[in-house]
Amino acid sequence: MISQNLLIVLTAAPLVGALIAGLLRNRIGRAGAAAVAIASVALSFFASCVVFYQLVWGGAPVFNANVYTWLEVGKFSIGIGFLVDRLTALMLVTVTFVSLMVHIYTIGYMREDPGFQRFFAYIALFTFSMLILVIANNFLQLFVGWELVGLVSYLLIGFWFHKRKANFAALKAFIVNRVGDFGFILGIAAVLYATNQLGYGPTLDYAPVFAHANALAGQTITVVSGHPWSLATVICILLFIGAVGKSAQAPLHVWLPDSMEGPTPISALIHAATMVTAGIFMVARMSPLYEMSPTALSVVLIVGATTAFFMGLIGVVHNDIKKVIAYSTLSQLGYMVVALGASAYAAGIFHLMTHAFFKALLFLCSGSVIMAMHHGQDMRFMGGLRKRMPITYLTMWAGSLALCAMPGFSGFFSKDQIIEAAGASHIWGATYAYWCVLLGVFVTALYSFRLLYMTFHGKPRWKVVPGLHEEEGAIPQPGVLPHEPKESPLVVTIPLILLAIPSVIIGWFTVRPLLYGDWFKSSIKVLPGHDVLAGMGAEFHGALPMFWHSFYSAPFLLALAGFAVATYVYQFNPRVAGKVARALLPLYKLLNRKYYADYLQYNLFAWGGIRLGRWFWKGTDMGVFDGAVNGAAFVTERGSRVFRRLQTGFLYHYAFAMIIGLILLLGGLWYWGLT
Amino acid sequence: MMDWPILSWLIWLPCAGAIVVLLAGNARPRLARWLSLLFSVATFGLSLVMLAVYWVAPSGFQMQENLHWIPGINTSYHLGVDGISVALVVLTAVIHILVVGGAWQVIKVKVHQYMAAVLVLDGLLIGVFCAMDALLFYLFFEAILIPMFFLIGVWGGERRVYATLKFFIYTFFGSIFFLIGILYMYHRAGTFDLQTLQNFPFTFKEQTWLFFSFVIAFAIKTPMVPVHTWLPDAHVEAPTGGSVILAAIMLKVGTYGFLRFPLLITPDASQHFAWLIIVLSLIAIIYIGYVAMVQPDMKKLVAYSSIAHMGFVTLGLFIVYMLARQLNDPGMAQLGVQGAVVQMVSHGFVSGALFTCIGVMYDRLHTHEISVFGGLAKVMPWFGAFWILFAMANTGLPGTSGFVGEFMVIMSAFKASPWIALFAAYSLIISAGYTLYLVRRIIWGTAPTPKAAAMPHLNAREGWVLTGFALAVLAIGVYPWPLMHLMDSSVAQIVTHLMTSKIG
Repeated sequence: MISQNLLIVLTAAPLVGALIAGLLRNRIGRAGAAAVAIASVALSFFASCVVFYQLVWGGAPVFNANVYTWLEVGKFSIGIGFLVDRLTALMLVTVTFVSLMVHIYTIGYMREDPGFQRFFAYIALFTFSMLILVIANNFLQLFVGWELVGLVSYLLIGFWFHKRKANFAALKAFIVNRVGDFGFILGIAAVLYATNQLGYGPTLDYAPVFAHANALAGQTITVVSGHPWSLATVICILLFIGAVGKSAQAPLHVWLPDSMEGPTPISALIHAATMVTAGIFMVARMSPLYEMSPTALSVVLIVGATTAFFMGLIGVVHNDIKKVIAYSTLSQLGYMVVALGASAYAAGIFHLMTHAFFKALLFLCSGSVIMAMHHGQDMRFMGGLRKRMPITYLTMWAGSLALCAMPGFSGFFSKDQIIEAAGASHIWGATYAYWCVLLGVFVTALYSFRLLYMTFHGKPRWKVVPGLHEEEGAIPQPGVLPHEPKESPLVVTIPLILLAIPSVIIGWFTVRPLLYGDWFKSSIKVLPGHDVLAGMGAEFHGALPMFWHSFYSAPFLLALAGFAVATYVYQFNPRVAGKVARALLPLYKLLNRKYYADYLQYNLFAWGGIRLGRWFWKGTDMGVFDGAVNGAAFVTERGSRVFRRLQTGFLYHYAFAMIIGLILLLGGLWYWGLT
Repeated sequence: MMDWPILSWLIWLPCAGAIVVLLAGNARPRLARWLSLLFSVATFGLSLVMLAVYWVAPSGFQMQENLHWIPGINTSYHLGVDGISVALVVLTAVIHILVVGGAWQVIKVKVHQYMAAVLVLDGLLIGVFCAMDALLFYLFFEAILIPMFFLIGVWGGERRVYATLKFFIYTFFGSIFFLIGILYMYHRAGTFDLQTLQNFPFTFKEQTWLFFSFVIAFAIKTPMVPVHTWLPDAHVEAPTGGSVILAAIMLKVGTYGFLRFPLLITPDASQHFAWLIIVLSLIAIIYIGYVAMVQPDMKKLVAYSSIAHMGFVTLGLFIVYMLARQLNDPGMAQLGVQGAVVQMVSHGFVSGALFTCIGVMYDRLHTHEISVFGGLAKVMPWFGAFWILFAMANTGLPGTSGFVGEFMVIMSAFKASPWIALFAAYSLIISAGYTLYLVRRIIWGTAPTPKAAAMPHLNAREGWVLTGFALAVLAIGVYPWPLMHLMDSSVAQIVTHLMTSKIG
């Protein structure tokens, strides 16, 4: 039995930590804030482990109860509560572990920052929000967590608020996410509508909604008259719009690369490991609903596949180390979404977990490099850091190999299964998805090894100018350092090592239970007709055979090809890169401009909105609406000036007017009287 | 259960307080301040007593007082509160304490008169929410114009004469139709009693005329597009306290009027013309959102955002017919109406807080121009944090009060029509757009001038006032259940009432 009090402690501890670190920041000082935040998240991690143990080995049943009633109107009531099944438990452990690592790393990374305490308050608050999201037992609470992580993400992207670029990146992230949330809240409304129509509502609790998911079959909703749409499809696509925003899928991906303006620890925590995977978690959680709509699954599959391949391509041409990893994140999120679309929800969650470890690791490594380069992020001014930063170098290699799905590394087990699932799926769009994720492997290897070579190998492209002052606000020249780059301190390298361990090995003993052992039990539902993992399970004989078998498989050969090309171009013959770029100029430009997605959103939506607003304001509002009011006042005033003249004060004028009036009156009476 | 006329006390105590404060005279501003704080706190205390009495058994109109007032025309001094009124009365009392606190050292001339005007407003606004007689309602409804007229006209900005005249004449213009409507009802039903009128079988044609006479008055007061243009002008010129009362409570008088008059007295006409109100509400949400985005003046921006948020209130109120009558789903109808009322209360706190924040900035640099400010997060960190909280409440972030009402209205609107929900939900995007764009310019970035960089920190008084707002915004957002409990049965009664047609 899982105790509710334990769950309350688990969830609320980071909130308390955040409040103390934030509100008492000046009283408890830097060390105090860091200690409180880390202790609170450590407590949360410990509690998560206990819950995980109780649920998986302790035989505890699924926990589902409300803590308090949030809203109650007539028969309709929603609470704030907990649903802890295996899906939740896995997410809890993953989230709190990565969060804890990032908290520790932050001590080193933000050491000199004046906003040290504020930063700890934010990331602890983020952990709280993420826990609210994954532990929710109803759609409302899910949305609460969903929006709160968005808020903290906004605050953290704009953490260095004196930077104009950071301000705009934060604004963009929030608004683009709100576009997704716009769909998401309509999806929730559609769920409420469905429960109401089907007679077991109104309710927004997961349990009844999922239990009655089958009742959605054949139900329609008429949005455009004359065209009844499948209710399940409408619900699932609307909810998925939310996931597209939060998990940065095309075309709402534009905010994620810009979010790299935030400090690196949060790029690792929020924009790689946890928050952006909320969309994946949400769809997996909603699997009973998604199973009811093959159309929605096709949409999911195609969006994910498109993101997986085409966003990965952009990573090949960028030079900012964090941006490359950001595009890689987009691409990997695309892989997870493909898994969801193929009904291989377990594979999606599995990749979510391995990705959380190795991508957090990669970001933290890049942060370590950035510290050594004195906040330089341009890889064209790096190189030769291998000997100077051995731990960062080795752990980043480990993370990259996991990312490239090299056999044996954690990413291999998860990604390989996604590719296979896409191949085994029969829903509409599966072939396209299969080719996208397969070719994506080559692209992943290409940008990953390019990054490693440009950063750590070759000759240094930076130089040391001793005594260079680092004045506040002074723009540092790229590639000019005040002293030799050196390995980061222990608070930075220990999290790297601790993250590298699962990145390398965790796949070996999790692949069988998570994918083929019915590990998730009732938390994920797949219809027999869609169950690609069941089919793959027949050919799965364990992690070791899978490992050996992979050496003949297409993904491995493609990864190897990517490695070979990267090695040739960036290790041995750097001039080739420029030649290829010139030869394929239109393509290069297209990628370098990120498919003009930013251009479009900036000019059409941002400026378009402002122009529209000006036009509405000056034209309609001040011109028409206010014009009418002031016009009426004007006419009244002018009119009374005219009428004032009637009151001349001369008796004979009045007498004359009276006589005219009398004549008209009598004439009228006479006329009407006659007829 | 109580013979003590608590509602009369609630109305007339602050009014009596105003006289006492006036007697303190211009020469003793300190005394005037403390006296007004005393009276506003006492009023708030009384409102809590009323809340407690109502809380025990929340249903129907309670604490009624009924005195024959002008027997010749069968009008009576009839007061009473249901759950909705209770919520709004407590809101009024709280806001007035914060307004008195907010004006403390800011108002330097004629302090006693300013405070007296605020206290009179306190009493009259409570009167509006307690009146159960149409004529009495009308009297309070009109009387609140007078102290507000002075607040803007005496302590206002440069163009205060233009703004007050526009405000006064515009709203007064609407009220005339309202008065004609009331007189016509009296002519037909022989009474001004609201509950009798709500049950009186007006024909459809009568209802139509009455409906428009109500709508003109309340649409201007709320305000709804296209009769909203007085509000930004009035806000820009009003002193901080005037703005807070205007946004936090006076706008609710309009939507409260919608709830008590057209919704219940002319239900069939309201059903027939609901589409008009729904369309205007959606225009308010989207169109006004765009207008808000480009305002160079903070007060205008927040004023426009108020209009957009009021759109949710009128939307929630008028989808009720589609839900309750056409789709026969009183549960969702109740959700919509209750959402509208929650939005009224929430907006009271959020807009009040935002105008108080703008006031704090105005006291330092004497302007509302957005471009003058910047980098408040560094210059005034605590103030910046408050700003972010209230801005997030304004964009309807869960956990703040701003979310609750919008969520409820969107949920029920989807049942009425997915299209209505779609346009209403657009608010998520556009409100984030105009609010966070403002935040980007004033909170983030760097101070544009040395003067803006040297703004003094929040003082203790400002800190307390903003903390009061913040607690209310968070409390409603985190735990809205008590508010629901308070008015659940009252709203259910309203929905039941309007489900039956008057024209059979």
